[in-house]
Amino acid sequence: MLDKNGIAKRIAKEVEDGFYVNLGIGIPTLVANYVRDDIEVEFQSENGVLGMGPFPFEGEEDADVINAGKQTITTLPGASFFDSAMSFAMIRGKHVDLTILGAMEVSENGDIANWKIPGKMVKGMGGAMDLVASAENIIVAMMHTNRAGESKLLKNCSLPLTGVGCVKKIVTNMAVIEVTAKGFKLLERAPGVSVEAIKNATEGQLIIEGDIPEMEI
Amino acid sequence: MINKKVANITEALFGVEDNMTFMFGGFGLSGIPENAIAELVKRNIKGLTCISNNAGVDDFGLGLLLHQKQIKKMVSSYVGENDEFERQMLSGELDVELIPQGTLAERCRAAQAGFPAIYTPAGYGTEVAEGKETREFDGKMHVLEYAFKADFAFIKAWKGDAAGNLIFKGTARNFNPNMCGAAKVTVVEVEELVPVGELDPNQIHIPGIFVQRIFKGETYEKRIEQLTVRQRV
Repeated sequence: MLDKNGIAKRIAKEVEDGFYVNLGIGIPTLVANYVRDDIEVEFQSENGVLGMGPFPFEGEEDADVINAGKQTITTLPGASFFDSAMSFAMIRGKHVDLTILGAMEVSENGDIANWKIPGKMVKGMGGAMDLVASAENIIVAMMHTNRAGESKLLKNCSLPLTGVGCVKKIVTNMAVIEVTAKGFKLLERAPGVSVEAIKNATEGQLIIEGDIPEMEI
Repeated sequence: MINKKVANITEALFGVEDNMTFMFGGFGLSGIPENAIAELVKRNIKGLTCISNNAGVDDFGLGLLLHQKQIKKMVSSYVGENDEFERQMLSGELDVELIPQGTLAERCRAAQAGFPAIYTPAGYGTEVAEGKETREFDGKMHVLEYAFKADFAFIKAWKGDAAGNLIFKGTARNFNPNMCGAAKVTVVEVEELVPVGELDPNQIHIPGIFVQRIFKGETYEKRIEQLTVRQRV
Protein backbone atom coordinates (compact mmCIF):
# COMPACT_ATOMS: atom_id res chain seq x y z
CA MET A 1 0.00 0.00 0.00
CA LEU A 2 1.29 3.46 -0.89
CA ASP A 3 1.18 6.60 1.23
CA LYS A 4 0.40 10.04 -0.20
CA ASN A 5 4.00 10.57 -1.28
CA GLY A 6 3.99 7.17 -2.97
CA ILE A 7 0.92 8.13 -4.99
CA ALA A 8 2.60 11.40 -5.97
CA LYS A 9 5.78 9.50 -6.98
CA ARG A 10 3.84 7.16 -9.25
CA ILE A 11 1.91 10.03 -10.87
CA ALA A 12 5.16 11.92 -11.47
CA LYS A 13 6.05 9.18 -13.98
CA GLU A 14 3.12 10.33 -16.13
CA VAL A 15 4.63 13.79 -16.53
CA GLU A 16 6.44 14.14 -19.86
CA ASP A 17 9.06 16.49 -21.23
CA GLY A 18 7.53 19.77 -22.45
CA PHE A 19 4.32 19.43 -20.45
CA TYR A 20 2.45 22.34 -18.88
CA VAL A 21 0.88 20.84 -15.76
CA ASN A 22 -1.82 22.04 -13.36
CA LEU A 23 -1.63 20.50 -9.91
CA GLY A 24 -4.60 20.54 -7.55
CA ILE A 25 -4.44 20.97 -3.79
CA GLY A 26 -3.40 18.01 -1.58
CA ILE A 27 -1.63 14.92 -2.99
CA PRO A 28 -1.30 16.51 -6.48
CA THR A 29 0.87 19.31 -5.06
CA LEU A 30 3.38 16.66 -3.93
CA VAL A 31 3.86 15.47 -7.52
CA ALA A 32 6.15 18.45 -8.23
CA ASN A 33 8.67 16.97 -5.76
CA TYR A 34 9.12 13.77 -7.80
CA VAL A 35 9.24 14.88 -11.43
CA ARG A 36 12.46 13.70 -13.12
CA ASP A 37 14.99 16.48 -13.29
CA ASP A 38 16.16 15.62 -16.81
CA ILE A 39 12.90 16.86 -18.34
CA GLU A 40 11.46 20.38 -18.75
CA VAL A 41 8.05 20.90 -17.18
CA GLU A 42 6.19 24.08 -16.20
CA PHE A 43 3.64 24.13 -13.41
CA GLN A 44 0.59 26.35 -13.75
CA SER A 45 -1.40 27.59 -10.79
CA GLU A 46 -4.85 28.92 -11.67
CA ASN A 47 -4.51 32.04 -9.54
CA GLY A 48 -2.18 33.34 -12.23
CA VAL A 49 1.32 31.92 -12.48
CA LEU A 50 3.15 29.68 -14.90
CA GLY A 51 6.61 28.44 -14.00
CA MET A 52 6.09 27.88 -10.29
CA GLY A 53 9.16 27.04 -8.24
CA PRO A 54 9.65 25.67 -4.73
CA PHE A 55 8.63 27.36 -1.48
CA PRO A 56 10.71 30.46 -0.66
CA PHE A 57 13.51 30.46 1.88
CA GLU A 58 12.42 31.73 5.26
CA GLY A 59 12.29 35.53 5.23
CA GLU A 60 12.05 35.71 1.44
CA GLU A 61 8.31 35.06 1.24
CA ASP A 62 6.18 37.54 -0.70
CA ALA A 63 2.45 37.98 0.03
CA ASP A 64 1.99 38.82 -3.66
CA VAL A 65 3.41 35.50 -4.89
CA ILE A 66 1.23 32.54 -3.89
CA ASN A 67 -0.24 29.40 -5.44
CA ALA A 68 -3.90 28.37 -5.65
CA GLY A 69 -3.60 26.79 -2.19
CA LYS A 70 -2.67 30.31 -0.93
CA GLN A 71 0.81 29.05 -0.03
CA THR A 72 3.81 31.30 -0.54
CA ILE A 73 5.88 30.14 -3.53
CA THR A 74 8.72 31.25 -5.79
CA THR A 75 8.98 31.42 -9.57
CA LEU A 76 11.59 29.88 -11.85
CA PRO A 77 13.41 31.62 -14.73
CA GLY A 78 10.94 31.92 -17.62
CA ALA A 79 7.92 32.23 -15.33
CA SER A 80 5.00 34.57 -16.02
CA PHE A 81 2.09 36.12 -14.13
CA PHE A 82 -1.34 36.77 -15.63
CA ASP A 83 -4.93 37.53 -14.70
CA SER A 84 -7.64 35.00 -13.86
CA ALA A 85 -9.40 35.19 -17.25
CA MET A 86 -6.13 34.42 -19.04
CA SER A 87 -5.37 31.64 -16.58
CA PHE A 88 -8.63 29.93 -17.44
CA ALA A 89 -8.07 30.61 -21.13
CA MET A 90 -5.02 28.36 -20.72
CA ILE A 91 -7.16 25.75 -18.99
CA ARG A 92 -10.40 25.95 -20.97
CA GLY A 93 -8.50 26.46 -24.22
CA LYS A 94 -6.68 23.14 -23.72
CA HIS A 95 -3.21 24.69 -23.56
CA VAL A 96 -2.44 22.87 -20.31
CA ASP A 97 -1.26 19.33 -21.09
CA LEU A 98 -1.97 17.53 -17.84
CA THR A 99 -4.29 18.13 -14.93
CA ILE A 100 -3.82 16.25 -11.66
CA LEU A 101 -6.47 16.65 -9.00
CA GLY A 102 -7.94 15.01 -5.94
CA ALA A 103 -11.42 13.51 -5.68
CA MET A 104 -13.94 12.27 -3.16
CA GLU A 105 -15.54 9.91 -5.68
CA VAL A 106 -14.99 8.77 -9.26
CA SER A 107 -17.49 6.67 -11.20
CA GLU A 108 -16.72 3.95 -13.74
CA ASN A 109 -17.75 6.26 -16.62
CA GLY A 110 -15.26 8.93 -15.48
CA ASP A 111 -17.58 11.27 -13.55
CA ILE A 112 -15.86 13.03 -10.66
CA ALA A 113 -17.16 14.53 -7.41
CA ASN A 114 -14.83 16.65 -5.29
CA TRP A 115 -16.44 19.91 -4.18
CA LYS A 116 -19.38 19.39 -1.88
CA ILE A 117 -20.86 17.07 0.73
CA PRO A 118 -24.46 18.24 1.12
CA GLY A 119 -25.21 19.39 4.66
CA LYS A 120 -21.63 18.83 5.80
CA MET A 121 -18.97 20.50 3.73
CA VAL A 122 -19.38 23.22 1.13
CA LYS A 123 -16.09 24.85 0.29
CA GLY A 124 -16.77 25.36 -3.39
CA MET A 125 -15.39 24.05 -6.65
CA GLY A 126 -12.70 26.68 -7.16
CA GLY A 127 -11.20 25.97 -10.58
CA ALA A 128 -11.99 22.25 -10.59
CA MET A 129 -15.08 22.43 -12.81
CA ASP A 130 -13.23 24.44 -15.45
CA LEU A 131 -10.28 22.05 -15.30
CA VAL A 132 -12.27 18.84 -15.66
CA ALA A 133 -14.62 20.24 -18.32
CA SER A 134 -11.79 21.01 -20.70
CA ALA A 135 -8.63 19.08 -19.96
CA GLU A 136 -8.00 16.07 -22.18
CA ASN A 137 -5.56 14.43 -19.85
CA ILE A 138 -6.89 14.22 -16.30
CA ILE A 139 -5.35 12.06 -13.58
CA VAL A 140 -7.08 11.70 -10.24
CA ALA A 141 -4.89 11.24 -7.16
CA MET A 142 -6.74 9.84 -4.16
CA MET A 143 -6.98 7.10 -1.57
CA HIS A 144 -8.86 4.04 -2.81
CA THR A 145 -11.34 4.12 0.07
CA ASN A 146 -12.68 6.85 2.37
CA ARG A 147 -12.13 7.09 6.12
CA ALA A 148 -15.09 4.79 6.73
CA GLY A 149 -13.40 2.19 4.51
CA GLU A 150 -15.92 2.60 1.68
CA SER A 151 -14.83 2.52 -1.94
CA LYS A 152 -14.30 5.84 -3.72
CA LEU A 153 -14.36 4.10 -7.13
CA LEU A 154 -18.06 3.72 -7.72
CA LYS A 155 -20.65 2.59 -10.22
CA ASN A 156 -22.25 6.04 -9.89
CA CYS A 157 -21.10 9.01 -7.82
CA SER A 158 -23.39 9.75 -4.86
CA LEU A 159 -22.06 13.27 -4.22
CA PRO A 160 -22.77 16.35 -6.38
CA LEU A 161 -20.65 16.11 -9.54
CA THR A 162 -17.75 18.32 -10.52
CA GLY A 163 -17.70 17.03 -14.09
CA VAL A 164 -19.06 14.23 -16.24
CA GLY A 165 -17.14 11.54 -18.16
CA CYS A 166 -13.82 13.34 -17.83
CA VAL A 167 -11.41 11.28 -15.72
CA LYS A 168 -8.94 9.19 -17.75
CA LYS A 169 -6.71 7.71 -15.11
CA ILE A 170 -6.76 7.17 -11.34
CA VAL A 171 -3.78 6.55 -9.10
CA THR A 172 -4.65 5.42 -5.58
CA ASN A 173 -2.75 3.96 -2.64
CA MET A 174 -3.68 0.53 -4.05
CA ALA A 175 -3.68 0.72 -7.84
CA VAL A 176 -3.31 2.48 -11.17
CA ILE A 177 -6.60 2.36 -13.03
CA GLU A 178 -7.62 3.49 -16.49
CA VAL A 179 -11.18 4.67 -17.06
CA THR A 180 -12.47 2.91 -20.19
CA ALA A 181 -15.82 2.74 -21.97
CA LYS A 182 -16.41 -0.59 -20.17
CA GLY A 183 -15.40 0.51 -16.69
CA PHE A 184 -12.30 0.69 -14.48
CA LYS A 185 -9.41 -1.20 -16.04
CA LEU A 186 -6.76 -2.33 -13.57
CA LEU A 187 -3.30 -1.51 -14.91
CA GLU A 188 -0.97 -1.85 -11.92
CA ARG A 189 -1.04 -2.90 -8.28
CA ALA A 190 0.71 -1.06 -5.46
CA PRO A 191 3.58 -3.02 -3.87
CA GLY A 192 2.21 -5.80 -1.67
CA VAL A 193 -1.42 -5.29 -2.70
CA SER A 194 -3.26 -8.22 -4.26
CA VAL A 195 -5.68 -8.05 -7.17
CA GLU A 196 -8.28 -9.51 -4.82
CA ALA A 197 -7.82 -6.67 -2.32
CA ILE A 198 -8.21 -4.08 -5.09
CA LYS A 199 -11.33 -5.85 -6.34
CA ASN A 200 -12.82 -5.80 -2.84
CA ALA A 201 -12.07 -2.10 -2.45
CA THR A 202 -13.61 -1.16 -5.81
CA GLU A 203 -17.39 -0.84 -6.01
CA GLY A 204 -17.57 -0.06 -9.74
CA GLN A 205 -16.92 -2.54 -12.54
CA LEU A 206 -13.23 -3.59 -12.38
CA ILE A 207 -11.75 -5.09 -15.51
CA ILE A 208 -8.84 -7.44 -14.88
CA GLU A 209 -7.02 -8.74 -17.93
CA GLY A 210 -4.08 -11.09 -17.56
CA ASP A 211 -1.30 -10.61 -15.04
CA ILE A 212 -1.40 -7.26 -13.28
CA PRO A 213 2.12 -5.98 -12.71
CA GLU A 214 3.28 -4.31 -9.53
CA MET A 215 3.93 -0.56 -9.81
CA GLU A 216 7.49 0.61 -10.26
CA ILE A 217 8.09 3.72 -8.22
CA MET B 1 -4.80 63.49 -19.40
CA ILE B 2 -8.17 62.85 -17.82
CA ASN B 3 -7.74 62.94 -14.07
CA LYS B 4 -9.04 59.96 -12.06
CA LYS B 5 -7.29 60.78 -8.83
CA VAL B 6 -9.52 61.41 -5.83
CA ALA B 7 -8.43 63.20 -2.68
CA ASN B 8 -9.19 60.50 -0.13
CA ILE B 9 -11.04 57.29 0.59
CA THR B 10 -14.26 59.17 1.46
CA GLU B 11 -14.34 60.57 -2.04
CA ALA B 12 -13.27 57.23 -3.52
CA LEU B 13 -16.31 55.48 -2.05
CA PHE B 14 -18.78 58.29 -2.73
CA GLY B 15 -22.15 56.84 -3.67
CA VAL B 16 -21.92 53.40 -2.04
CA GLU B 17 -25.26 52.46 -0.50
CA ASP B 18 -27.14 49.62 1.16
CA ASN B 19 -28.24 46.74 -1.09
CA MET B 20 -25.70 47.40 -3.84
CA THR B 21 -23.68 44.80 -5.75
CA PHE B 22 -19.90 45.06 -5.43
CA MET B 23 -17.00 43.27 -7.10
CA PHE B 24 -13.80 42.72 -5.13
CA GLY B 25 -10.48 41.77 -6.69
CA GLY B 26 -8.22 39.27 -4.92
CA PHE B 27 -7.43 35.59 -4.59
CA GLY B 28 -7.46 34.50 -0.98
CA LEU B 29 -6.00 37.52 0.78
CA SER B 30 -3.62 38.33 -2.08
CA GLY B 31 -4.47 41.47 -4.04
CA ILE B 32 -7.56 42.43 -2.04
CA PRO B 33 -8.60 46.10 -1.79
CA GLU B 34 -7.80 46.37 1.93
CA ASN B 35 -8.51 50.08 2.25
CA ALA B 36 -11.88 49.99 0.48
CA ILE B 37 -12.94 47.03 2.64
CA ALA B 38 -11.92 48.92 5.82
CA GLU B 39 -13.97 51.93 4.71
CA LEU B 40 -17.02 49.75 3.96
CA VAL B 41 -16.70 48.25 7.43
CA LYS B 42 -16.60 51.77 8.89
CA ARG B 43 -19.67 52.90 6.95
CA ASN B 44 -21.46 49.69 7.94
CA ILE B 45 -23.69 49.62 4.86
CA LYS B 46 -25.80 46.48 4.67
CA GLY B 47 -27.57 44.10 2.34
CA LEU B 48 -24.60 43.82 0.02
CA THR B 49 -24.15 41.34 -2.81
CA CYS B 50 -20.43 40.63 -3.14
CA ILE B 51 -18.77 39.09 -6.18
CA SER B 52 -15.36 37.83 -5.10
CA ASN B 53 -13.47 34.60 -5.71
CA ASN B 54 -13.15 34.01 -1.95
CA ALA B 55 -14.72 35.41 1.19
CA GLY B 56 -11.63 36.27 3.22
CA VAL B 57 -10.81 34.71 6.57
CA ASP B 58 -12.61 35.24 9.89
CA ASP B 59 -10.81 38.43 10.83
CA PHE B 60 -9.53 39.83 7.54
CA GLY B 61 -10.63 40.66 4.02
CA LEU B 62 -14.35 40.20 3.33
CA GLY B 63 -14.52 38.30 6.62
CA LEU B 64 -14.68 41.75 8.24
CA LEU B 65 -17.89 42.58 6.34
CA LEU B 66 -19.31 39.14 7.15
CA HIS B 67 -18.56 39.67 10.81
CA GLN B 68 -20.80 42.79 10.84
CA LYS B 69 -23.45 40.95 8.80
CA GLN B 70 -23.14 43.48 6.00
CA ILE B 71 -23.28 40.84 3.27
CA LYS B 72 -26.61 39.43 2.07
CA LYS B 73 -25.24 37.35 -0.77
CA MET B 74 -21.81 36.05 -1.86
CA VAL B 75 -20.95 34.99 -5.39
CA SER B 76 -17.70 33.03 -5.17
CA SER B 77 -15.88 29.92 -6.36
CA TYR B 78 -14.24 28.84 -3.09
CA VAL B 79 -15.22 29.78 0.45
CA GLY B 80 -13.26 27.46 2.76
CA GLU B 81 -11.13 28.70 5.67
CA ASN B 82 -13.86 30.94 7.12
CA ASP B 83 -15.88 29.67 10.11
CA GLU B 84 -18.21 32.66 10.35
CA PHE B 85 -19.01 32.33 6.66
CA GLU B 86 -19.85 28.66 7.10
CA ARG B 87 -22.03 29.42 10.13
CA GLN B 88 -24.00 32.13 8.30
CA MET B 89 -24.37 29.95 5.21
CA LEU B 90 -25.57 26.84 7.06
CA SER B 91 -28.00 28.91 9.20
CA GLY B 92 -29.44 30.49 6.05
CA GLU B 93 -28.53 34.07 7.02
CA LEU B 94 -26.23 34.31 4.04
CA ASP B 95 -27.20 33.50 0.47
CA VAL B 96 -24.30 31.85 -1.40
CA GLU B 97 -23.92 31.24 -5.12
CA LEU B 98 -20.91 29.05 -5.89
CA ILE B 99 -19.72 29.11 -9.48
CA PRO B 100 -16.64 27.75 -11.28
CA GLN B 101 -13.62 30.02 -10.96
CA GLY B 102 -13.11 30.40 -14.72
CA THR B 103 -16.79 31.24 -15.12
CA LEU B 104 -16.45 33.89 -12.41
CA ALA B 105 -13.50 35.44 -14.25
CA GLU B 106 -15.24 35.30 -17.61
CA ARG B 107 -18.53 36.79 -16.31
CA CYS B 108 -16.44 39.75 -15.10
CA ARG B 109 -14.61 39.97 -18.39
CA ALA B 110 -17.87 39.75 -20.34
CA ALA B 111 -19.24 42.72 -18.37
CA GLN B 112 -15.99 44.60 -19.03
CA ALA B 113 -15.97 43.75 -22.74
CA GLY B 114 -19.65 44.28 -23.58
CA PHE B 115 -20.69 40.65 -24.01
CA PRO B 116 -24.12 39.95 -22.50
CA ALA B 117 -23.28 36.28 -21.90
CA ILE B 118 -20.80 33.55 -22.70
CA TYR B 119 -20.92 29.80 -23.28
CA THR B 120 -18.60 27.64 -21.19
CA PRO B 121 -18.15 23.87 -20.90
CA ALA B 122 -17.48 24.27 -17.14
CA GLY B 123 -20.21 22.89 -14.92
CA TYR B 124 -22.17 21.09 -17.62
CA GLY B 125 -23.92 18.06 -16.11
CA THR B 126 -23.49 19.40 -12.56
CA GLU B 127 -25.82 21.32 -10.26
CA VAL B 128 -24.33 24.67 -11.29
CA ALA B 129 -25.89 24.16 -14.73
CA GLU B 130 -29.36 23.40 -13.37
CA GLY B 131 -32.00 25.66 -14.90
CA LYS B 132 -29.50 27.22 -17.28
CA GLU B 133 -29.64 27.25 -21.06
CA THR B 134 -27.26 24.72 -22.64
CA ARG B 135 -26.07 24.32 -26.20
CA GLU B 136 -23.91 21.93 -28.18
CA PHE B 137 -20.89 23.23 -30.09
CA ASP B 138 -18.70 20.76 -32.03
CA GLY B 139 -20.23 17.82 -30.18
CA LYS B 140 -19.59 19.21 -26.71
CA MET B 141 -22.18 20.66 -24.34
CA HIS B 142 -21.85 24.18 -22.96
CA VAL B 143 -23.69 26.28 -20.39
CA LEU B 144 -24.88 29.86 -20.97
CA GLU B 145 -23.59 32.20 -18.26
CA TYR B 146 -24.50 35.89 -18.05
CA ALA B 147 -22.22 38.90 -17.61
CA PHE B 148 -22.27 40.28 -14.09
CA LYS B 149 -24.05 43.54 -13.34
CA ALA B 150 -22.40 45.42 -10.48
CA ASP B 151 -22.52 48.93 -9.02
CA PHE B 152 -18.90 49.19 -7.89
CA ALA B 153 -15.71 47.24 -8.55
CA PHE B 154 -13.08 47.58 -5.83
CA ILE B 155 -9.63 46.94 -7.24
CA LYS B 156 -6.13 46.71 -5.80
CA ALA B 157 -3.17 47.44 -8.06
CA TRP B 158 0.53 47.80 -7.33
CA LYS B 159 1.30 51.01 -9.20
CA GLY B 160 -0.97 53.49 -10.86
CA ASP B 161 -1.07 57.09 -12.06
CA ALA B 162 -3.69 59.87 -12.00
CA ALA B 163 -4.79 58.84 -15.51
CA GLY B 164 -5.92 55.54 -13.99
CA ASN B 165 -3.30 53.39 -15.71
CA LEU B 166 -2.45 50.30 -13.67
CA ILE B 167 0.31 47.78 -13.13
CA PHE B 168 -0.19 44.72 -10.95
CA LYS B 169 2.37 42.64 -9.10
CA GLY B 170 2.76 38.86 -8.97
CA THR B 171 -0.30 36.75 -8.31
CA ALA B 172 -1.94 39.75 -6.62
CA ARG B 173 -3.12 40.48 -10.18
CA ASN B 174 -5.71 37.64 -10.31
CA PHE B 175 -9.29 38.94 -10.82
CA ASN B 176 -8.38 42.62 -10.48
CA PRO B 177 -7.78 43.37 -14.19
CA ASN B 178 -10.91 41.43 -15.18
CA MET B 179 -13.10 43.52 -12.86
CA CYS B 180 -11.83 46.92 -14.06
CA GLY B 181 -14.62 48.50 -16.06
CA ALA B 182 -16.94 45.58 -15.29
CA ALA B 183 -19.07 47.64 -12.85
CA LYS B 184 -20.73 51.06 -13.14
CA VAL B 185 -17.89 52.59 -11.10
CA THR B 186 -14.37 51.16 -10.81
CA VAL B 187 -12.48 52.31 -7.73
CA VAL B 188 -8.79 51.46 -7.61
CA GLU B 189 -6.43 51.63 -4.68
CA VAL B 190 -2.69 51.41 -5.28
CA GLU B 191 0.43 50.98 -3.21
CA GLU B 192 2.26 53.59 -5.26
CA LEU B 193 0.60 56.49 -7.04
CA VAL B 194 3.27 57.72 -9.44
CA PRO B 195 3.37 60.94 -11.49
CA VAL B 196 1.69 60.72 -14.92
CA GLY B 197 4.31 59.84 -17.53
CA GLU B 198 6.38 57.71 -15.21
CA LEU B 199 4.74 54.40 -16.13
CA ASP B 200 6.03 52.96 -19.40
CA PRO B 201 3.00 52.67 -21.74
CA ASN B 202 4.41 49.31 -22.90
CA GLN B 203 4.12 47.89 -19.41
CA ILE B 204 0.61 49.01 -18.46
CA HIS B 205 -1.74 46.10 -17.67
CA ILE B 206 -4.99 48.12 -17.52
CA PRO B 207 -5.44 51.44 -19.32
CA GLY B 208 -7.09 54.28 -17.39
CA ILE B 209 -10.22 54.19 -19.54
CA PHE B 210 -11.50 51.31 -17.39
CA VAL B 211 -11.01 53.26 -14.15
CA GLN B 212 -13.17 56.03 -12.66
CA ARG B 213 -11.38 56.71 -9.37
CA ILE B 214 -7.87 56.04 -8.10
CA PHE B 215 -6.21 56.68 -4.75
CA LYS B 216 -3.19 55.58 -2.76
CA GLY B 217 -4.10 53.17 0.02
CA GLU B 218 -3.05 54.43 3.42
CA THR B 219 -1.68 51.14 4.74
CA TYR B 220 -1.35 47.56 3.54
CA GLU B 221 -1.12 44.61 5.89
CA LYS B 222 -0.82 42.10 3.01
CA ARG B 223 -1.50 39.19 5.29
CA ILE B 224 -0.16 35.79 4.24
CA GLU B 225 -2.76 33.02 4.52
CA GLN B 226 -0.45 30.00 4.29
CA LEU B 227 3.18 30.75 5.04
CA THR B 228 5.22 27.96 3.43
CA VAL B 229 9.01 28.08 3.40
CA ARG B 230 11.95 25.75 2.84
CA GLN B 231 15.01 25.49 5.00
CA ARG B 232 18.37 26.75 3.82
CA VAL B 233 20.77 23.87 3.38
